[in-house]
Amino acid sequence: MTEAETVYRPHPEDHTFLDSNEIVINMGPQHPSTHGVLRVVLRLDGEKIIGSECVIGYLHRGVEKIAENRTYVQFNPYVDRMDYAAAVSNSLGYCEAIEKIMSVVAPPRAQYVRVILTELNRIASHLLWLGTHALDIGALTPLFYCFREREEILKIFENYCGARLTTHSFRIGGLQYETYDGFEKQVNVFCDDFLHKVDEYETLLTGNRIWLQRTKGIGVISAEDCIQYGVTGPVLRGSGVKWDIRKAMPYCCYPDFEFDIPTGQNGDTFDRYIVRMEEMRQAVRIIKQAVAKIPDGPIMAKIPKVIKPPVGEIYHSIEAPKGELGYLVVSDNSTQPYRVRVRPPSFVNLSALDIMIRGHLVADVVAVIGTIDIVLGEVDR
Amino acid sequence: MISDTLNTAGAIAKGMATTLKELFQPTITEDYPFEPPNFEGRFRGVHVLQRDANGLEKCVACFLCAAACPSNCIYIEATENTGDNRVSAGDRYAKVYNIDYNRCIFCGYCVEACPTDAITHGHDFEIASYETGTLVYRKEQLLAKEPQGAPAK
Repeated sequence: MTEAETVYRPHPEDHTFLDSNEIVINMGPQHPSTHGVLRVVLRLDGEKIIGSECVIGYLHRGVEKIAENRTYVQFNPYVDRMDYAAAVSNSLGYCEAIEKIMSVVAPPRAQYVRVILTELNRIASHLLWLGTHALDIGALTPLFYCFREREEILKIFENYCGARLTTHSFRIGGLQYETYDGFEKQVNVFCDDFLHKVDEYETLLTGNRIWLQRTKGIGVISAEDCIQYGVTGPVLRGSGVKWDIRKAMPYCCYPDFEFDIPTGQNGDTFDRYIVRMEEMRQAVRIIKQAVAKIPDGPIMAKIPKVIKPPVGEIYHSIEAPKGELGYLVVSDNSTQPYRVRVRPPSFVNLSALDIMIRGHLVADVVAVIGTIDIVLGEVDR
Repeated sequence: MISDTLNTAGAIAKGMATTLKELFQPTITEDYPFEPPNFEGRFRGVHVLQRDANGLEKCVACFLCAAACPSNCIYIEATENTGDNRVSAGDRYAKVYNIDYNRCIFCGYCVEACPTDAITHGHDFEIASYETGTLVYRKEQLLAKEPQGAPAK
């Protein structure tokens, strides 16, 4: 079969008006609204979408294969490069997976610092999403405000571990760096300030007529479809399913904190926006609790110099900003993993793009890609 | 219909008020290419090979940094120190010490691995180049300046 036949196959249920005027266009990989190098092949009837197919792999770096040729410790910085908007979450998932297979538990202080940084990263990721998503739809202003607050979070990261995006902040067994002087204060100041800022973003968007018309009823996905496609994260919660790994399968020290899981009802772009805005507020709530009762003590568990986990395999998943991020690690008792398989939230969520955009206009594809919140580094790995 | 229009007008007015308020806030952006950027203390930039108080190189060519490196970007050739050619305080010194910045991911493992604190992260970051060959930094480019008052060799 040629490439043309595989990519442009007609869907039996779709008919264009008088079975004519069907246009096939490529959106991407150079399109600015596809948030990276995603190519969407759209079949159009006029401006209505009657089918679509995602072509991915433009950013494939073979991260999983690299893992098989690196030691467990050496692979740690590589996971930061998958979802580079939420590097801390990736690192948390990987470190916890290896700790689980080694039956090691990070000390309480390390766990609290991990939660603080991961939740800060959740806010940073959602801010990046909000700014670019609003920009795609036509609201230019929120981008500047979002990046202003994101910058403060990145400063905290830089201060803590020396890098802004690819942080490499956690190590297997705990943390490498002790928190710097004034860490708690800086985080607290940010949190107090940030709640007002979220309200500020909402004044710009929530009531805005253009925003409402571009988001309400766009990209609707039902709860059943979400579960069928394995969609997780804010997209699933926007459809009304109360599912959050932090509550459902608690990891790290999340059981110590009180927080709510926001959900939507309609499963449209607007609901997912509301869910993410509320998630940022909940993240602030978690951070404040964690900073208030951060314990003293060691930051690194006792782990051997050369990490050789026992033979076996483990699956560990965490709630990354974009959904369930899972690591399947297979160990053969050598210094290098036999296999590392990553379950990236963006990749799985992207599979639902087709049913979300059918029947909508081309301009809505931009809104829906934005609302799924994909990072192509993670989709292609 | 009328309430719809009023709601729309109200929402726009609210958004515009926010923008207007922000107009009078102090500027927070950095004027980077014209002014140096601000870095925090732990920033991981281009490496610096340190010297001790006598001006000798701290690196003793133990290869731990090269072993720890996830991207294999450190290349070292070791040589013995001799009486009339003493470069480091240990037995050996690095005759060649290259870091390939095409590959380096600035993870910091080399700095953590170093037993003599010879390799550290500096705050330099402007290493972009049109030629990849120039990105292989040699020991001479990475070494710190000799401290003042160091004995002449």
